[in-house]
Amino acid sequence: MPEKTYLQAISDGLRQEMRRDPRVFVLGEDVGVYGGAFKVTLGFQEEFGPWRVIDMPLSETAIMGGATGAALMGMRPVAEMQFADFVSCAWDHLVTVAAKQHYRSGTPIPIVLRLPSGGGFSGGPFHSQNPESSFAHIPGLKVVCPATPEDAKGLLTSSIEDPNPVLFFEHKHLYRRIKGEVPDDRYTTPFGEARVHRQGDDVTVITWGAMVYTANEAAGRLEQEDISVEVIDLRTLIPWDREAVLSSVRKCSKVLVLHEDTRTGGFGGEIAATIAEEAFEDLDAPVKRIAAPDCPVPFSPPLEKAFIPQVDDVVTALRDLAAY
Amino acid sequence: MATGTQTEVVMPQMGVSVAEGTITKWLKQVGDAVAMDEPLLEISTDKVDTEVPSPGEGVLSQILVEEGVTVDVGTLLAVIAAPEAAPAAPAEPTVPASAAATEPAREAEGPSEPAPAPPVEAPPPQPAAPQPQPVAAVEGNGKTFVSPVVARIAAEHGVDPGRIPGTGTGGRVTKKDILAFIESGAAQAAPEPQPVAEPAEPAVAAAQPTAPAPPAAATTPPAPPRPAPAPAPVGEAGLLPGESAEPMTAMRRGVMEHMRRSVDTSAHVTSAIEVDMSKVVAIRERLKGEYQKSYGVNPTYLAFIARATVDALNDYPWVNAEIRGEAIVTRQFVNLGIAVSLADGKGLIVPVIKHAEDLNLLGMARQIADVAERARTKKLLPDDVQGGTFTITNPGGYGTFHGTPIISQPQVGILGTYALVKRPWVVQDDLGQDVIAIRPLMNITLTYDHRLVDGAYAGQFLRDLRQRLETWDETSY
Repeated sequence: MPEKTYLQAISDGLRQEMRRDPRVFVLGEDVGVYGGAFKVTLGFQEEFGPWRVIDMPLSETAIMGGATGAALMGMRPVAEMQFADFVSCAWDHLVTVAAKQHYRSGTPIPIVLRLPSGGGFSGGPFHSQNPESSFAHIPGLKVVCPATPEDAKGLLTSSIEDPNPVLFFEHKHLYRRIKGEVPDDRYTTPFGEARVHRQGDDVTVITWGAMVYTANEAAGRLEQEDISVEVIDLRTLIPWDREAVLSSVRKCSKVLVLHEDTRTGGFGGEIAATIAEEAFEDLDAPVKRIAAPDCPVPFSPPLEKAFIPQVDDVVTALRDLAAY
Repeated sequence: MATGTQTEVVMPQMGVSVAEGTITKWLKQVGDAVAMDEPLLEISTDKVDTEVPSPGEGVLSQILVEEGVTVDVGTLLAVIAAPEAAPAAPAEPTVPASAAATEPAREAEGPSEPAPAPPVEAPPPQPAAPQPQPVAAVEGNGKTFVSPVVARIAAEHGVDPGRIPGTGTGGRVTKKDILAFIESGAAQAAPEPQPVAEPAEPAVAAAQPTAPAPPAAATTPPAPPRPAPAPAPVGEAGLLPGESAEPMTAMRRGVMEHMRRSVDTSAHVTSAIEVDMSKVVAIRERLKGEYQKSYGVNPTYLAFIARATVDALNDYPWVNAEIRGEAIVTRQFVNLGIAVSLADGKGLIVPVIKHAEDLNLLGMARQIADVAERARTKKLLPDDVQGGTFTITNPGGYGTFHGTPIISQPQVGILGTYALVKRPWVVQDDLGQDVIAIRPLMNITLTYDHRLVDGAYAGQFLRDLRQRLETWDETSY
C-alpha cells in the first residue's frame, strides 16, 4: 500500500469521488486556479473544469448558501472554508437552513463542508481554532475529525455519501506532517466507530484529531514507567462511539478526555458527563479533562505552546491518574 | 452522636445476627429539613426492609452512602446539621430569610438597635459547614475514600475494602488492589467478617442463625449480582434477544441462601391431612361480626388454625424443637412464624409472634393481622423476624390444595394450610348410616425434618390438630 500524507489522502479521496460521481463538485475560495489555500484541490480544475471546481467570491455565506441550494437540487457539493475559523460567516445558512432542512421538509441535504482547523504553527486567533463542539451542539449536522491519512480518505468518502450536512474538520498541523498507508481503491470508513489507536489497560485517553498523536507520544513515554495507556481516537464526534468509550472505561476505570479545543463547552464535557452517567460504578478515579484554556489562540509561539495541550501536560495528568 | 452542631446517622443494628444493610431509598435529600424520628431512609437487610427514623433534627447536610450500596452496621450514612447551624451562610445563621426585609427598618431606627447582636448569637462561625470531617469515608473504617468501582467490586464479592492494602494516593484501595486481593484468594481465606453472635444468647441467636448474605457470597467466587442499582452490568451476562436482567434485592438474596441451606440441612418429609372445617366455619360466621365491630379484627381461618396448632405443639414438643449440635432442644413456649408474601409475590418474610401460647383466638387474629400489615408496609422491627420455633405458611388463598413448603431453619417443622373447598364427604347420620354430605374441607400439611421427627409422630400431631379443629369448642378460646 502506498504511503501518503494526510493532505494527499484527502485530495485523493475527493478526486476519486469526483471521477466516480458527476454530482460531486467543489466550491470555495481559491480552490480552482490556485488549487486551494493548502493545495488540496491542486490540478482539480484542469481535470474537472471550472464548472465542477468553482472559485467563489470572498463570501462564506455565498459558499454555504450555494452549496445548500445545489444539494437541494440533487448535487453533492463539497465546499471548502479556507480556514475553519471563517465558518462563522456561514453560520446562518449552515445552522438555520442546512441543519434543519431535512427536519422541516424531509429532503436530503448532502453537503460536505471541508474545514481546515487547528493550531500549532502560529496562525493566531483567526486561523487556528477548533470549533467542532459548536457544531456538535447543532442537531442535524454531523461532525468528523480524522486523525490518520487512511481515516481521512475513508471518512471523506463516507461524508460525501452521507445525505446530511457533514462538517469535515481537517487538522492543518497533520496535513504534511503525518504520513500513513492509504489504499488506492475506494473505501469508506463508517461514522460513529472509534478506533483504538493504542491498546493499554491502566488509563484510557479519549481524544481525536491532532491530539491523538500527543496522547500517543505521552503513552509511549509512560510505557517506560510501566503505565499502560489506551488511546481511543473517536474519529467522528457526531455521531460518537459511546460503546467504545464506555467499554474502554470499564476496562481501565481511569479516564482522561483530551482535546485541542477550549475547555468550557468543549465536547470533552459531553464525554465526561456520559461516562459519569453510564459508567459511574466502573470509575476508579475522577474523569480528568485536558483542553486549551478559555481564551483565543495566541500568535506568539511560546504562548501558543502554552495554550495547546502538550505531551508533557498529558504525561503529568496520566501519571496522576495512574497513581490515584 | 449529636455534637451540638450535627447528628450522625449510622447503619442501625437490625437484630443480633445482621451485620450489614443496603440503602434502598433516601426519603430526604441533602438540604431537606428533618424532624426528630421522621423517616429518613429505607434500608434492606437479609431479614427485614424498614424505614430508619431520623436520630436528630435539623437539615440533612451530607449523604455519604448512596442508594443501592451495602454497608456494615455502624457505618456513617449521613450527617444532619443542627437547625441553627444548617444554612451554610456564615454571616447570620440564626436570622431567618425575613431578616433582609427588616434590615432597612432597623437602620432607619438608628443606633438604638445594637448592631452586633446577630454575630454574638452565632459565636463559632465555622462549625456550621459540613467540612470538619473531611475524611468521612463511605466505608466507615475511617481509612480511605472508596471509588465507585472499588465499592461495586467489594459489594459483588462481599469483601471489606478496609482489609485490603491500598497502593493508591493516601493508601487508597485501587481497582487493581481489590482485584488482586480477590484473585489471591485472600477474600475466601480470611475469616468471615461478620461473626454471628451465636454463643451469647442461645435462645435468640440459635433461633435465627440465618447467616448474613455476605459470608455466603464470599465463599462463592462468581458472586451473585449486587443488591440494588444499575442494571447495566447485570445485563452484560450475555443476554439473548427478549431476555432482560434485573438486580437482586437483599431480601431475594437472603431467601435464596436460606432456602438452599434448609434443603441441604433438613430431611424434608411432608404429610397431609384432610380436615372438616364445618365447625370452624360456623363459629367464624358467628364471631365475625362481633370481632369486627368490637375489636376491628377479622377472625381468619388462619387464626383458628394457628390457635389449634399452638395447643397441638404443646403435646408434641419435638415438632416445636431444634437440633442444636448433639442436643434436642424443646420449649415451653411457641414463637410462631407466619410466612407473609409481599406485594407482587416477589418477596417473602416470616414475622414471628412471640409467646403465641399466651394468645386466645382474638389475640392470635389481631397479632397475625398486625405482623402481616407491618411486613407489607416495611414497618417490621428486626426482632419481629427472629426467634421463631415453628412456622405456618398459608398458600391456600390462591386455591392450591397441597404443597411441600421448606422448613425455616433451624426449626424442624412447618405447617401448610390450603384452600377451603366444599366437597362431598362421607359422614354418619343420626342412625349411624353413611351418607354423603357437603362439607367445607381443608388440606393441612406438616413438613417436618425427618432427622428428628418420625412419620408416626407427625401423623399423630396432624391427627390431633384435626381433632381440635373439627371439635372446636367456642368456650375454650
